[in-house]
Amino acid sequence: MGYLGEIFVMAMTAIFIQNFVLARFLGLCPYLGVSKKLDSALGMGLAVIFVMTLASAITFLINKYLLIRYDLMYLQTIAFILTIAALVQFVEMVIQKNAPALYNSLGVFLPLITTNCAVLGVAILNTTAFRPDGVTPYNFLDSVLNGFFSGVGFTVVLLAMAGLRMRLEKAELPKSMQGMPIALIIAGIMALAFYGFMGFKI
Amino acid sequence: MNFIKELSKGLIKENPIFVLVLGMCPTLAVTTSVVNALGMGFAATFVLLCSNIIISMIKNVTPSKIRIPVYIVVIASFVSIVDMVMAAYLPALHKNLGLFIPLIVVNCIILGRAEAFASKNNVIMSIADALGMGLGFTLSLSLVGSVREIIGAGTWLGFKVTPLTYDPMLVAILAPGAFISLGFLMALMNMLKEKK
Repeated sequence: MGYLGEIFVMAMTAIFIQNFVLARFLGLCPYLGVSKKLDSALGMGLAVIFVMTLASAITFLINKYLLIRYDLMYLQTIAFILTIAALVQFVEMVIQKNAPALYNSLGVFLPLITTNCAVLGVAILNTTAFRPDGVTPYNFLDSVLNGFFSGVGFTVVLLAMAGLRMRLEKAELPKSMQGMPIALIIAGIMALAFYGFMGFKI
Repeated sequence: MNFIKELSKGLIKENPIFVLVLGMCPTLAVTTSVVNALGMGFAATFVLLCSNIIISMIKNVTPSKIRIPVYIVVIASFVSIVDMVMAAYLPALHKNLGLFIPLIVVNCIILGRAEAFASKNNVIMSIADALGMGLGFTLSLSLVGSVREIIGAGTWLGFKVTPLTYDPMLVAILAPGAFISLGFLMALMNMLKEKK
């Protein structure tokens, strides 16, 4: 299998088989909180893809050239969360200055992303993950791609959820089921559907 | 008197999971069994208690512009302590909870209490608030964990509780079961609240 094949396997794994939201339970707060409208779901999804890709790149470098080299692994959690918080703030300022149109559509979602556990989750997972062959640890490009594909996986299910919830508004539900309970049950049925992908061997 | 009031509000009236709907990721991920749920609950309670104490002590010297990064550093330090202590003394539990121990840092309950309560109240009240919220979180986790473990494995805390003829529904322990169980539990809570 060539490198492109491996990238394909990684993409399928991150988007469908080990989906961040439905199989790994990461990033549930925005998944349940920002999935009421389709356009805000898309904005949130794009912002998450952007931040996850960047965060994967920077935390990989920090992990390899600072934490491992100087034997500071016990500082990993603190170092990563501070990096992500600073990164999000920085991205917000850059976008606000240089691309006001983009800022208007993504801006409100950016501060929320610091506490999105999917971002810290992908950064920590990248440090322990292996290539499809099972022995080589992720290199820089793998980590960045994994961050990107995991973000795409998050966006796919977020959009699906938003589409479903918009239709659900017209449905007649018992009062105690309205809102969060029915959203959770729909997420469960979606997770069941995604479980179907687990059987695939690529 | 106020101490008791702050302590009890986290249990039912402002229960972090069923009422405030915070901290959903660990709630769904680690409740495959009661033991895991209790481990996660106590770890989060410890972090919440320590961070609430420190943050309410330093509230007067923290510049308000950089308060969020300061809170995050305080929380992350205690999470690292829990992570290392658990890895040393409870390796099996640490392996089960895995990624979700470092992820306590971004648990919205802890940062939420720091910002909403500990930064405005004195140390004693912050302790009461942290204990109440932490216990509410632990109890809710164990409730979800109990439902999933009994339906999905037929056991509770590792002991067999269902009749021999009961065939466990594995799906309750898998990812889809987490969402569906919590959904129905929340609906049940809403129903009870309406009846009152």
